[in-house]
Amino acid sequence: MNDAMLYSPILVITLAALSTYAARAAGAFLSGRISTQSPVIDWITCVTYALLAGLVVRMIWLPLGALAATPDWVRLCSAATGLLVFFIARKSVGFGVLSGTLMLIALTW
Amino acid sequence: MLVMSASFVGFGSMLHDANWSVWEALYSTLSTWALPGQIAMAEMAYSGAPLLAIVLAVGFINARLLPLVASLLPHVRRADVPTWKYYAVAMLVAATSWVGTMRRLPDLGQDQRLHYLTGYGLALYLATPFATVIGYYLAGQVPQPITLALVFLNPLYFMLLFLFDLHQAAKVLSLLFGATLGPWLYLYIPNWSLIVTGLVGGTAAWWLARTPWLQKAQLHLHDKARPDE
Repeated sequence: MNDAMLYSPILVITLAALSTYAARAAGAFLSGRISTQSPVIDWITCVTYALLAGLVVRMIWLPLGALAATPDWVRLCSAATGLLVFFIARKSVGFGVLSGTLMLIALTW
Repeated sequence: MLVMSASFVGFGSMLHDANWSVWEALYSTLSTWALPGQIAMAEMAYSGAPLLAIVLAVGFINARLLPLVASLLPHVRRADVPTWKYYAVAMLVAATSWVGTMRRLPDLGQDQRLHYLTGYGLALYLATPFATVIGYYLAGQVPQPITLALVFLNPLYFMLLFLFDLHQAAKVLSLLFGATLGPWLYLYIPNWSLIVTGLVGGTAAWWLARTPWLQKAQLHLHDKARPDE
């Protein structure tokens, strides 16, 4: 982590793990007692999707760390290649990821 | 399983790139075992977000595990198994083990299902620390373009996973709103951008998808989608 991180890494990992296990434990507690097709669960899914979509686009477009040193067009071109192959290969996530990362290697070599 | 391991390799590389220790990478994988939240944690810690923002974001991301566990456990439940074991096996429920177990349920008797989930979940769980450590050390050893590719792997992987299933209007809208709001808010409120993106974008999508005209459009979409399935 960089200098901006002032708290202990073990603390942040532990709290992240606890907040994750809380969802699993709540699921175990509520299993059989709630319908998993309720509006509240739909809302949770929507929040998760929006949050992760925002994170993914930010990680490709405005990355942190070593990727930040690569030009924007290299990352966008690699993501576009992955996307194109994904659809050509009838929505194969494996081929999409493989071709996108290979394109990034080719463009940064 | 291959893609899942690859994405934990990518996580290991990411943590190496962000100067975490290999023990911290391992600890995160073994204690959290839900990759999207682990990635959000690492990214937010790197950009200096406060602890509360990180815990809330990880909590929202992994809240999706609640319905996964709640929908899976009734299928594997047995009268002779004590309750605490379900809380232990819940740790092994993640997207991959959920899909894998749900798919095999019809072939399994009620008494075999819990064993199947435990075995399959444990196999996945035990593969991930190795993948994390491999990714961590690869990032330091291989030429820089390959390190970059390992770090790039996860955002690409999650982007394609999202595009895999776009039949529901609520999900499509959530992705559109999140993808637009996320980077834009990051420029103004970097620390809280993810939580605001999720809450604002997700709630707007959820609410819009419940309006009558979109529900009609969704039915239409389903009719169109059916012949391909």
